[in-house]
Amino acid sequence: MHELSIVMSIIKIAEQQANAANATVIEEIELDIGTLSGIEMGALDFAWDQAVNQTMLQDSIKKVNRINAKAICMDCNTEFVIEAYYDSCPVCNGHLLDIIQGKELRVKSILVS
Amino acid sequence: MCATCGCGTGSNTIIQLAGNEHQHGDHAHTHAHNHPHGPTARHDHDHTHDHNHEGQKTLIDVEKDVLNQNNMLAQRNRGYFDAKNILALNLVSSPGSGKTSLLERTLKDLQGQMEFAVIEGDQQTTNDADRIAATGTKVSQINTGKGCHLDAHMILHALQGLKPAENSVLFIENVGNLVCPAMFDLGERERVVIISVTEGDDKPLKYPDMFHSSTLCIINKTDLLPYVPFDIEKVKLNAKKVNHHLEIIEVSCTSGEGLPLWYNWLKSKVLLPETI
Repeated sequence: MHELSIVMSIIKIAEQQANAANATVIEEIELDIGTLSGIEMGALDFAWDQAVNQTMLQDSIKKVNRINAKAICMDCNTEFVIEAYYDSCPVCNGHLLDIIQGKELRVKSILVS
Repeated sequence: MCATCGCGTGSNTIIQLAGNEHQHGDHAHTHAHNHPHGPTARHDHDHTHDHNHEGQKTLIDVEKDVLNQNNMLAQRNRGYFDAKNILALNLVSSPGSGKTSLLERTLKDLQGQMEFAVIEGDQQTTNDADRIAATGTKVSQINTGKGCHLDAHMILHALQGLKPAENSVLFIENVGNLVCPAMFDLGERERVVIISVTEGDDKPLKYPDMFHSSTLCIINKTDLLPYVPFDIEKVKLNAKKVNHHLEIIEVSCTSGEGLPLWYNWLKSKVLLPETI
């Protein structure tokens, strides 16, 4: 349900940037969303459709780059893709992991005119 | 208009101190800033704009964290806490795990040993703030309306009314929800996740974000262990799988079992000067 707050923040960031560039239309928005960012894509899409009404993002194309989470095992130094925080190292089965990628949640770019 | 952050009134969030002193609701808003461009439009100030003529598209590299605004406000709160040597703790759990009961008991047991202040977060009612106020502790209630979590902005405004004392401990009791509050830094020094033995022992696996972002896990209602199929070793193992840094303390607010461990943890954090 926090996805609505997230969408509102995205709209705010995009409109600020578009206004600063004196643009009137945001044609495209590109988002980086990691698989461990805490965002449920279904909920984000649902909130998006409601929230962008009467904003500069109303007719924008939304591009989402899903970034797969990666971790390094602190026991055996293996780097691997993880789907959940509780995944274990595929080599030594350890849980001492350093997550190096996958928590991204950012507005990467907007295409304005 | 709020002079601190520029927000206006009119949102659904209500912040009030126990005793019914009202603060204004907080609400962030922005104003779109459009200039007319035409033969009659005049600019009487000297600045330049990148003009986008029709048909011309510009790609703007934004590269901005969506939670940036919340995180900046959280850091402001953190600076306030550091300057006043306030230990701020964000208490998170599902509804009904015993957050308020744990607070009531803690405030009574440690009365006179430490100074406390409390911020209560709930969708509706001042019930929790009333329970805390009955212990004689300063408390501010945030009602989020339809909101499912507290954010740094709400805390900033609650602090303006609450004014917690220097060298005190500030408990922030978040909205009962194991999902959404995980994403929002409030400026706390430690995040404490509370789970009770009447819940499932796979909860850390079902709600990993919260257990991953917390530093202490309190397992509450241990007096009920004989009556429920809750495997305490399994829950600890599951929690450690999600977050190997997580400290775990088992308590019962009813029998008092384990509470000295929690109190010692609190005292150790108060004595620990923040290292930067």
